[in-house]
Amino acid sequence: MDNREVVLDIKNITKTFPGVKALTDVSFQVRKGSVHALVGENGAGKSTLIKVLTGVYKADGGSFDFKGQEAHVTTPLEAQKLGLSVVHQELKLSETLSVAENIFLGRPFMTKAHLIDWKKLRMEAKKLLDNLGIDLPVDREVSRLSVAQKQIVEICKALSFHAELIIMDEPSATLTDKELDSLFHIIDILKEQGVTVVYISHRMEEIFKIADMVTVLRDGCQIATLPVSQVDRNKLITMMVGRNLDEEYPKLEAEIGEVALEVKNLSTLKLLHDVNFTVRHGEIVGLAGLVGAGRTETARAIFGADKRTSGDIYIDGKKVDIHSVVDAIRHRIALVPEDRKEQGLILIHSIKHNTSIVDLNNVCSNGLLNYKKEKELAKKYIAMLGTATPSEEKEVRLLSGGNQQKVVLAKWLAVDSEILIFDEPTRGVDVGAKAEIYKLMCSLAQKGKAIIMISSDMPELIGICDRCYVMREGTISGELERAEFSQEAILEFAVS
Amino acid sequence: MLTDTTERGVSQNGLLDGLKEFLSNYVIVIPILLLIVVWTIVAPNFMTYSNWMNILRQVSMIAILASGAFFIMATGDFDLGLASVVGLTGCVFAKLMVNFGWSPVLAAVAAILLGVLTGVINGCMVTFFGIPAFIATLGMQYVARGLCYVVTNSYPITGLPESIGWIGRGYLGIGGKELVPWPVVFMAVIYVIVAFVAAKTKFGRYVYAVGGNSEAAYLSGINSKQIKRAVFTIGGLMAGLVGIILTSRVSSGQPIGGTGWEFKAVIAVVMGGVSLTGGKGKPIGVAMGAVFVGILENGMTLLNINSYLQQVVQGIVLVVAIGFDVYKTKRQAEAK
Repeated sequence: MDNREVVLDIKNITKTFPGVKALTDVSFQVRKGSVHALVGENGAGKSTLIKVLTGVYKADGGSFDFKGQEAHVTTPLEAQKLGLSVVHQELKLSETLSVAENIFLGRPFMTKAHLIDWKKLRMEAKKLLDNLGIDLPVDREVSRLSVAQKQIVEICKALSFHAELIIMDEPSATLTDKELDSLFHIIDILKEQGVTVVYISHRMEEIFKIADMVTVLRDGCQIATLPVSQVDRNKLITMMVGRNLDEEYPKLEAEIGEVALEVKNLSTLKLLHDVNFTVRHGEIVGLAGLVGAGRTETARAIFGADKRTSGDIYIDGKKVDIHSVVDAIRHRIALVPEDRKEQGLILIHSIKHNTSIVDLNNVCSNGLLNYKKEKELAKKYIAMLGTATPSEEKEVRLLSGGNQQKVVLAKWLAVDSEILIFDEPTRGVDVGAKAEIYKLMCSLAQKGKAIIMISSDMPELIGICDRCYVMREGTISGELERAEFSQEAILEFAVS
Repeated sequence: MLTDTTERGVSQNGLLDGLKEFLSNYVIVIPILLLIVVWTIVAPNFMTYSNWMNILRQVSMIAILASGAFFIMATGDFDLGLASVVGLTGCVFAKLMVNFGWSPVLAAVAAILLGVLTGVINGCMVTFFGIPAFIATLGMQYVARGLCYVVTNSYPITGLPESIGWIGRGYLGIGGKELVPWPVVFMAVIYVIVAFVAAKTKFGRYVYAVGGNSEAAYLSGINSKQIKRAVFTIGGLMAGLVGIILTSRVSSGQPIGGTGWEFKAVIAVVMGGVSLTGGKGKPIGVAMGAVFVGILENGMTLLNINSYLQQVVQGIVLVVAIGFDVYKTKRQAEAK
C-alpha cells in the first residue's frame, strides 16, 4: 500500500534497566518522507526508544537500519551526522547566543585566516530559515524567542546536519494552536523535501491531522503499527492504555451553590486589566485562552503570589484582603501550579513532607512536629486520592506525573481548601492518569468546592467544565455556558 | 494484596534497609572509620584518651561554626564570611575588656550581638537586594577581616582577665578530676539544640523546604526570604560564639583569628551529607563531618606533616567530597 522506501528499520530492539524491561522486542519500519506518530502513555518506552536510536543508550538486543544500512551510533552527535536528529521537548539551545550561532553551534564556518566567517554563518542560517518559509532575524538572541521560534531553530539545526529523519518529542506541549498550525506547515514542507518525521505527542487530534502511520507502545512492547486512516481516536486510546476507558472525560454532575469567589476589576502592572469573574461552590469553571493571554497571571494574582495594582476579591460574598500567598491560604484558596516539578513539589522530599508542608500546625503537638500525626495525614490522602506508592516515605521525584499531581492536591486538601485553582493540571500526564485527575476534580466539586481550571487543551475544558471564561490580551473576552461549548466558540473569543 | 507483600518485604529486609538508610544519611561514618584505622596503625599516640580530648577540643569550634553554616547550606546558600566574623567578634570581645574596661559578660554579649548583626546584614543583602550570597558574604569576609585589623591596629590584644580562661581552656570536672574540655561541652549542647530545631520544629522543616525548592515553598505559603534572613542570622550568632571561645582559648584577640575556618566548616557540612543545593542533611552528620576534619588534621600533625601540605590535603578533600555529592545528585536525577 505504501511503497516509499524504508528509511528506518527497527529490528527487535530490547532494552532492560535494573528491575524494568523498558523495551521488549520492538520492530517497525518508518518510510521516507512520511510522518510517523509514536504514541503511548508516559513510561511506555518512547523516550527509551529515542535514546537507543540516537546512541544515548545501548540496546541489549536488536538493531536498526538507517538508510538501508545497519547503524552503529554511540553518541547523539554520531546520529546527527548520519542524518538522524531529535528536537527535544525541553529545547537544548544556548540562550545567550544568536539564532545563527545556535544552528551551527560547534561547527562554525572558518575563513582562510582561521577566524569565524560570520558572513557565511549568517547566510547559511538564513538559507535554512528561508527554506522553511520562516522570517526570523538570524542575529536575534535565542533568549528573546518564543518557544515556537526556538523549536524552529532546533529544526534548522537538524537540517543543517542534512537530517533525513527528525524525531520531534512532544513538540506541541507548549505551543498555542496558532503556533501549532505553523509547525504543521513546517512539517509539510519537510515532507515535500523527503525528510521523515517521527512525531511523538499525547494529543490525539494532532496525530489524526498530520501523521501517516502510527506506532503504539505500551509497557515497552509494540502494540501496533498501522496507517492512521485505519484507526479512530477511541481505538487508539484503548490500545495505549490497554483497557477501555469508560469515558475520556468522566464528568460528574454536582449541585451548584452560592458564589464562592468573585473577582472584580483585577489588574496587574504587566498584563492584566479589569478581569471580572465568579465561581460558585460545586462548579468547575474553565479559563481558556492562548498562551500569554493572562490565565496563569490571573491565578497568581488571586493567589497573592503576584502584586495587583487594583481589583477586589470577594469570598462567600465578603470582601477579603489578599496580599500574599499566606493570606490566600488563610482564605482557603489553593493553587495547583502549571509546573508541578518546579512550583508544586519539593521533589527531593517525601510524599509525607510534601503533604504536610502548607500548614504544619496540622501535624504539630505543643508547637512541635509530631511524626505520627504527619504520617497519618500522608497515609490518609494517599488512600483518599489513590496515589500509587509503596510508602508515604517515597521521594516524590520517583513518582509518575499523575501521582505527583495527586501529592500536590493532597497538600491543599490537607488544609481544607475551598477554592482550588488548577493550572494545566493534566499537562504531561498520560491518558489513564488524566481521567483520574478529572474524576478527582469532579468529586471535589461534588463536595461543594469551587474549582477553576486553566487549560490549553480545549476538548478537556469542554469535557469537564460547567462554565468557561475565555481570556485574551490580559482580560476576559467572553463567557460560555456548558450548552454553548465548542472549540469554535472558544477560539472566537480567544483570537482577536 | 499488593500492599501486603511489599510490607512483608520491607520487614524482612528491615535490618539491611535500616543500615542502608543510615549509611545514605551518614556516609561520613565510612571515611571516619577508615581514617581512625589508618591513623591508629601509623601514628602510635593517636588512640589515647588525651589525644581524643585534644581532637574534640580542636574540633569543637569548627563544629559550632559548621552548625551555623549547616542552616545556611540547608537552604541552598552559603556564607564565606563566617570565619572572618569569628575573628572580628573575638577581637571586639578582647578590645572591649582590655581597652574599655567592660566586664567579660557585657563584652561577650556585645561581641555576640555583633556577630548576629553581620548575619542580619548578610540576610538583608541576599533577600532585599537580591545580591547572590556568594558575593554578599565574600564582601562580608573582607569587611570583617579588615575591621579585625582596624580594631586591633594589627597587633594581638593581650592582657585579658584570667576569669574568661575557662571558656576555651578549662575542663568540666567531676570530683576534682578534669573530664571534658568546656568547648566540647558547648559543642554538644549546641548540637543537641540544633538537631532538635532541625528535626522537630516548624522552622527546621521550613529550612529544608526552602532548600528543597524555594519556589514551591513560597507557593505553599512559606516566607522563603524570612527563612533566609533567619539562617544567615543564626550563622552570625554561631560565629560570635566561636569568637568568644577562640579569644579565651588563645588568651588574646587575634586579628588573624579563625583564618581558613569557613573552609573547614564547609568541608564538615558537605562531608556531613548536606547537599550543595540544599534541602537535605542532618546536623549530626555535620558534627561527624567536623570530627572527620579534626581527625584528619590531628593525624597529619602527629605524623609531622607540615601545615602547608595539610592545606593541600584539605583542599583535595573538599573537592572530592563535593564531587561525590554532585555525582550522587546526578545519579539520583538519572534514576527517575
